[in-house]
Amino acid sequence: MTTTQQNKTLYSAIETDQANILTEWIAEQKKMMSQYGQAKEQELTQQCQTFLQHFLAAIREGNLDNMQSPEWRATYAVLEDVATIRGEMGLSPSETATFVFSFKRPLFASLARMADGNAEALAAAVWEATTLLDRLGLYTTEVYTKIREGVIARQQEDMLELSTPVVTLAPGILALPLIGTLDSARTQVVMETLLQTIMETGSTIAIIDITGVPTVDTLVAQHLLKTVTAARLMGADCIISGIRPQIAQTIVHLGVELGDIATKATLAGAFKLALDRSGLSIVKTKPALQI
Amino acid sequence: MERIPILRMGDYLLVTIQVDMHDRLAMALQDDLTARIAKTGAQGVLIDISSLEIVDSFIGRIISNISGMSRILDAHTVIVGMQPAVAITLVELGLTLPGVLTALDVEKGMALLRRLVDVPEEGDDEDNAEF
Repeated sequence: MTTTQQNKTLYSAIETDQANILTEWIAEQKKMMSQYGQAKEQELTQQCQTFLQHFLAAIREGNLDNMQSPEWRATYAVLEDVATIRGEMGLSPSETATFVFSFKRPLFASLARMADGNAEALAAAVWEATTLLDRLGLYTTEVYTKIREGVIARQQEDMLELSTPVVTLAPGILALPLIGTLDSARTQVVMETLLQTIMETGSTIAIIDITGVPTVDTLVAQHLLKTVTAARLMGADCIISGIRPQIAQTIVHLGVELGDIATKATLAGAFKLALDRSGLSIVKTKPALQI
Repeated sequence: MERIPILRMGDYLLVTIQVDMHDRLAMALQDDLTARIAKTGAQGVLIDISSLEIVDSFIGRIISNISGMSRILDAHTVIVGMQPAVAITLVELGLTLPGVLTALDVEKGMALLRRLVDVPEEGDDEDNAEF
């Protein structure tokens, strides 16, 4: 059986039975996805109709072996839409791929009616249809994954912006409380924000507090060293504070050389050192009346 | 050939780099500065690089060299006003300039030089740090 003949079998099976297939397909999907509520029924019908229409056109025109050909573009576009909508609704990957895979049962039923007892022809047609739909289904999952990855990337970016505040503790003393894991991208942002703020405020001392950093490995230590060195080149001193006992142990075990960087166990200790270095002090006075 | 002017202010020499440094200019500055230190017996050198926006490994090394040379000639060198981008670039290039003194701006740089050189001041520089 040649490709064109297969095209024809598949095409005429769907073409003649179009209305039946559509109804069965929609029923199938509703059965499998209970939470795709009543309100969305209109949308679902719409999606199925458009898909079927483009799918038919693609089979009639297109090459079944090469799905990269332009005839398939419209079909892919429909799948992209469906995956985008379902991905943003927070449906699972299986629920998204169901859109394509639930099409199999009504399609095969229709093919069986067409074959009319010719087992060999039916097997060939079913195989052809399965290959097609599997590829479309995989594509749907691919798009779905991309959508979700986009969401994750956006959230990461938000986190990055939120998590690097530089605060002024006293005139000329800055603090940078770091929370969360330090990777290269984040360190870059941290470094740039810190250096920019140093320049804007003319601060001579910056305290980098790593109380909220869960682990310090060689990479994180190297990032910290880079930040401290860059600040020193600009003429500001850095103090690293908030080093927990476990982290101190890790740093020594890893053989990380912190050089002559001042380190303190607590932010309070670092603040005291910073005050000493800038010739400031905190004095005890009569407590102010609080109303 | 264009040269970077070196200003003398008492015991200090003042260099402000306001053009993009190219290699020949940097070499010329190195020559001029060492000659001036030797001639004037200056004890402090202040190099303002706040207008310098592009730096490469060569310029970075020249800065480091100038600092080392002036130290041998018994003068302290302070580099002031390095831009954040320049600092990041130097660190990424692995040029951490050990032993080079730095300050945020000219004022803080001069204060640092005075402390280092410790010349008797006319008019005390009082530190009015308010908190």
